[in-house]
Amino acid sequence: MTSLTELAARLSKAVADRAAIEPLSDEVPGLDVETGYAVQAMLREQAGPTVGWKLGVTSRAKQAQVGVHEPVRGFLSGASALDLGEPLATAQLIQPRCEPEIVFVLGRDLAGPSVTAADVLAATFGVAVGIEVLDSRYRDYRFTMPDVVADNTSAGRFVVGAPVGPAGIDLRLVGVVLEHNGEVVATASGAASLGHPAAAVAWLVRNLAAQGEGLRAGEVVLSGGLTAAVAVAPGDVVVASIDRLGSVELACR
Amino acid sequence: MPLAHAPEKARALYEARRTRVPIPPFTDDDPSLGAADGYAVQQELTRLLLADGDRIIGYKAGITSKPMQRLIGVDTPDYGPVLGSTIYGDGAEIALTSFLQPKIEAEIVYVLGSELAGPGVTAADACRATAGVAAAMEIVDSRIADWRIKLADTVADLASNGAVATSSRVVPLAGLDARLVGMTLTRNGELVDTGAGAAALGDPAAVVAWLANTLGEQGITLAPGHLVMTGALHAAVPMAAGDVFRAEFDHLGPITVRITEGSAG
Repeated sequence: MTSLTELAARLSKAVADRAAIEPLSDEVPGLDVETGYAVQAMLREQAGPTVGWKLGVTSRAKQAQVGVHEPVRGFLSGASALDLGEPLATAQLIQPRCEPEIVFVLGRDLAGPSVTAADVLAATFGVAVGIEVLDSRYRDYRFTMPDVVADNTSAGRFVVGAPVGPAGIDLRLVGVVLEHNGEVVATASGAASLGHPAAAVAWLVRNLAAQGEGLRAGEVVLSGGLTAAVAVAPGDVVVASIDRLGSVELACR
Repeated sequence: MPLAHAPEKARALYEARRTRVPIPPFTDDDPSLGAADGYAVQQELTRLLLADGDRIIGYKAGITSKPMQRLIGVDTPDYGPVLGSTIYGDGAEIALTSFLQPKIEAEIVYVLGSELAGPGVTAADACRATAGVAAAMEIVDSRIADWRIKLADTVADLASNGAVATSSRVVPLAGLDARLVGMTLTRNGELVDTGAGAAALGDPAAVVAWLANTLGEQGITLAPGHLVMTGALHAAVPMAAGDVFRAEFDHLGPITVRITEGSAG
């Protein structure tokens, strides 16, 4: 069996070369989700400080489609954060795609195996509009669940808007609009992530508890893509708008 | 040549509605049929239904999302009348026996407070003429076999309108950004889909303006009290007896309908 180190190295090389690779599962037929997380953990060790987390496969429809019952998580490294107004350098990426997300900014540490959405909201300093730039290292985004977990759930770049306090906002119902070059390409409401974005974050906390980790004050959590992702190229502009939270505009060059 | 055989085609649709037996698409026989042919048939069909005692209480816009427009191969919406006999309220039981092959969509309905006559109507004009907006669901239905519709077919068939359910809670537009109104649709308590107002032409008010301008070309004016169904915020969902659909809109509240078998015949 191919070693974990070798699998992680393959993904790191794809990032460095900006060249897509074939899914790891093509060569390692028994690859399971647990192994995927072990590969992801090796990538995390090499990635510098973790500034937060991201969730994937948070849509129930998507879960049914790929035959799973829970989301997947990835880590966010400080190096992958874009600041507001900073353009996306597409040349640094392989096949970038953008999706709108509700981002949680933690106000205090939160950990434990039985954390619920209400606990998450109580620990949240603010919620913000986010754009996640996915960049699967696998050609044409063809992968199995263990593959995508190993590939840090396709994390590429992310940008977070100015947070607003969560009190009085029903994140389940807030409208979400994704525009690509001025055209509305997709809409959703917050419920698209696991029925409620705070429930998705609660799952993350419970999942992290299993490995003795938790969320820390100041960390950000991308709570799951709310629409299908749109592929971007140099010259494109993507705008994510969420009712009550505002908008984030991302220029691609 | 346009407008050919409109009365016959309208009669065929009228019979399909009555017998609940769908008919083949008109465009099978004549692929050249376009929107103008469709509207000519729609007009004839509406005349037949009004002669039976029905009345027009508003309009629905269809094909208002980019994905739908691409699917049908058009770049504008279409419209059809909403008939008084097909209106339901919040919590209503809706019998499958009223339809041939129904699906459900959640939409924002605009209720006009003053007259709106095209041409030259802007989205801002539409907002000014609007008394308020409310949560709504449309049951779309096709009298054309297997929903095998091209533009002319669906236009002729009252833009595939089946029935409309609206909440009585009409919310003033002031301070509301209809583009960003979020919506969650559940079936029997499980999330089916989500959307936001912008799914309808980028802004539901733009749909109302488009409708006013398009009707204006035929000398038809939107009147106070008229409902305008501004188009689905998600892909249409098939239904079965026993289903409870609930669409909850941010700012507007929920609307629920219960689907029943109904009595045959």
